[in-house]
Amino acid sequence: MIPMKHLLEVRDLKVEFRTPVGTVKAVDGVSYHLNDNEIVGMVGESGCGKSASQLAIMQLVSVPPGRISGGQVLFEGHDLLQFKKNGPEMRAVRGGKIAMVFQEPMSSLNPVLKIGDQLMEQARAHCQLSRREARERAIELLKMVGIPGAERRMDDYPHQFSGGMCQRVMIAMGLCCNPRVLIADEPTTALDVTTQAQMLQLMKDLVERFEASLVIVTHNLGVVARYAQRIYVMYAGRVVESGTTRQIFGRPRHPYTLGLLRSVPRLDEKHGSRLIPIDGMPPNLIGMPGTCAFLSRCPFVIDRCRQDAWPNLEEVEPGHAARCYVNLEEVTREQVLA
Amino acid sequence: MKDKVPTASQQAAAPVCVDVPRRISPGRLALQQLLRRKLFMFGVVVVILLVLIAVFAPLVAPHDPYGQDLKNAKASPSWSHPLGTDTLGRDTLSRLIYGARTSLIVGLIAVAMSGAIGMAMGAVAGYVGGWVQSTIMRIIDALMTLPMILLALTLAALLGGGLKNVVVALGISMIPPYARLMNAQTLSIKEKDYVASLRSMGARGNRVILSHVIPNAFPPVLAFGTMQIGFAILAEAGLSFLGIGIDPPGAAWGAMVNEGYRYLLTNPVLSLAPGLAIMITVFAFNMAGDGLRDVLDPRLRGMG
Amino acid sequence: MTGYLIRRILQAIVVLILSTFMIFAVMRWLPGDPILLYISSDTYARTTSAEEVEALRHEFGLDRSVPEQYVRWLGNALTGDLGESIFRGTTVAAEMGRALPVTIYLGFVSFIVAHLIGIPAGIISAIRRGKWLDSTITVLANIGITAPIFWVGILLVYFFSLRLGWLPVQGFTSPFDDLGKSLQQMILPVFCLALGPLAGATRTTRASMLDIVHQDYVRTAWAKGLRERRVVTKHIIKNGILPVVTLGGMAVPMILGGSVLIEMVFNIPGMGRLAVEALFTKDYAIVQGVVLVVAVMVVITNLVTDLSYGWLDPRVRIR
Repeated sequence: MIPMKHLLEVRDLKVEFRTPVGTVKAVDGVSYHLNDNEIVGMVGESGCGKSASQLAIMQLVSVPPGRISGGQVLFEGHDLLQFKKNGPEMRAVRGGKIAMVFQEPMSSLNPVLKIGDQLMEQARAHCQLSRREARERAIELLKMVGIPGAERRMDDYPHQFSGGMCQRVMIAMGLCCNPRVLIADEPTTALDVTTQAQMLQLMKDLVERFEASLVIVTHNLGVVARYAQRIYVMYAGRVVESGTTRQIFGRPRHPYTLGLLRSVPRLDEKHGSRLIPIDGMPPNLIGMPGTCAFLSRCPFVIDRCRQDAWPNLEEVEPGHAARCYVNLEEVTREQVLA
Repeated sequence: MKDKVPTASQQAAAPVCVDVPRRISPGRLALQQLLRRKLFMFGVVVVILLVLIAVFAPLVAPHDPYGQDLKNAKASPSWSHPLGTDTLGRDTLSRLIYGARTSLIVGLIAVAMSGAIGMAMGAVAGYVGGWVQSTIMRIIDALMTLPMILLALTLAALLGGGLKNVVVALGISMIPPYARLMNAQTLSIKEKDYVASLRSMGARGNRVILSHVIPNAFPPVLAFGTMQIGFAILAEAGLSFLGIGIDPPGAAWGAMVNEGYRYLLTNPVLSLAPGLAIMITVFAFNMAGDGLRDVLDPRLRGMG
Repeated sequence: MTGYLIRRILQAIVVLILSTFMIFAVMRWLPGDPILLYISSDTYARTTSAEEVEALRHEFGLDRSVPEQYVRWLGNALTGDLGESIFRGTTVAAEMGRALPVTIYLGFVSFIVAHLIGIPAGIISAIRRGKWLDSTITVLANIGITAPIFWVGILLVYFFSLRLGWLPVQGFTSPFDDLGKSLQQMILPVFCLALGPLAGATRTTRASMLDIVHQDYVRTAWAKGLRERRVVTKHIIKNGILPVVTLGGMAVPMILGGSVLIEMVFNIPGMGRLAVEALFTKDYAIVQGVVLVVAVMVVITNLVTDLSYGWLDPRVRIR
């Protein structure tokens, strides 16, 4: 048993994928943690490794061609990565203690099984309920996530539900067995804007009700701004900045974070001010050089960035860390004053 | 040309991050991957060898395939006759080599014929739609109600037998898959937005078909066609086994199997060697076709 | 659903008529007058007068136009009268009544064997992907489609009948007459007939399973922490089985086609051999009858396959 400082702690996680053109280091030494009753956001663009790291936690990475090549995932006193991939301990964690909600709700549900059966199979697998008890629990969950006519809907198939309702079912499945952690991987990307807001609020309410923690993985800053207490910004397989929402939004210390913030429209902006997109293209994760991965797109590059290896995560103030040689605050202050 | 990105990394690293190093073009990458597949190379090599053997048969064959030598009939394998001789004293190996000609000619022409007709029918059906499409596709369905061998056999026999009629019969029997493929392709391309925009700009129907539909449909059909050559050869062998096909004294593998059947106990080579030749040939074409298909249309991978 | 059913049945009938008519027309438009062939056979070795030829022609209805002849034939067929075999002196119906059960019997057994082995093989091959079991099965499946089945039959006869003497060389006995002998004689032909469909079943099942394994909902099932067995049966196989149904539909024409060759190799008195003999003796009435029966069997198979798929997949069945 390992003594736990946090609910979930990920240390130096590494995940790579073999492709015909080379090995992709999708996750290259990611560390983060999650506390009780907390909502944390993992932000970054497509391909930065945020989804891969979540899958790796539960050993859901497809083993060929993928591979978890290093790191530890500490949860309830054990390193999850030491468990046998489909062994009883890992299975008990998956869905039971740590649950995951995926991006495409409509294709994430088995088309030939009734919704009720899909909910019940999980309840029976983890909570040892009888058929009747499982059915009651399933109906109760459907009601909790706001599906009208829950009892009737138990016998329906996924194609009879809309996208938003499918996502609610996924959330219901996730919360079925009172998990400690709910991971939502791009939970709102496939939904329209109104539904997005409803879904996030629903997740927040339920997670509070169940006294669980929530990890929201997204590329959309707006989503985490409102709901997350802490945020991790990821780029090219590593965490480049971490801190409370206030710190990240108020005083970003990594050029990438700054770039993200500037490229998102805000209601309180001056009329006529322009959005500033981030220059350049996301990096090819095969054969990455040792220097900073953001080098080619960074407007604040100094000589040191080109010569030295990618900096480590350094604390810039309590609870706020960034991976950059430049003191962004000073630089931007100078620019503003100039 | 799709990049070969593993599906797992769709969950993690979307293709945006895994672009192909700029130095290798997609075409070259495909070629590299093809060359790496040993079975595909085996198939291609064998096919090329076969074509060469068939074309240069008079040079390759040790004896005259029609030359009878009754004193030496039903001989066992020896140095001068590596596969022995048949009931009329003809050298088996030479007949095998000339049989390659028959098989390849029939296979290639039948596939070319059925491919051309089938694709034309399918393209017209898909593009014009309406009752024209229904009629054409019903005719195709009617052709499919009889198993291919039975249909080819019936047509070839009714037309009177002989090599030409076998080719025609096979050419007709193998039309359906091409027609259906083209029909489906044409329909899906027709639905695509860019065709609608082309037409709204005034491009004429035929041009659209010729310049967009056909080039897009061609790659999967090419791969499919290569595999069909194998099956055409198999069908021709079946027909000549039954006695319909090249007229004696011509050499055809299926017929050789049949002739040798009677002497199975004493001279098994007579019957077994041509069959092996058929199998290797079909296998080679299949492997070549498989490889082509994996490259030209990965969607169909594994689908038989 | 019933609307769909009725439409499909109507389509099937149209297609049947088209295909039987096509063969009918080809036969009638051939060079070679069947009457002359008839009277030149042994039974009518004497010279026949022109009037008698005309009378015969009229009797067989060969003086009418082709479509008329077809309609007449069709009408008769629907009442069970498929005409007479010119050369055998029996009715076509009688000949087929003898031959059809044999082919159906062998074909049915082959079908069952092919799928009983093929489907599990495909599933195993997919689950143990990349391991030696998968490679072996895939290679065997490939051989199954590329080997000419008449040759495989002969090869097997060589080894198991002539060399080892374990099995008889050829022949057919009804299981009702002598079950032991019937089974012995059946082993090799069934093996040959099942080869193609078996290979097809293995490949299609494997491909389908592999495709399903990467689907999002399978990932969800794993993420729910279910046991491997449950994920495989309820999530993977239950979805993967759908294309296999279509596959079963394709096995029937394969087996019927294979029967033509296998019945000749093993000297089995079924529809295949009947068709070959009729074609060589230009006994067109029988050919027409065989074409009709085979076409009907294929069409019914397709109909059943379509409907099964529609019923099995809830996305089609409901709404």
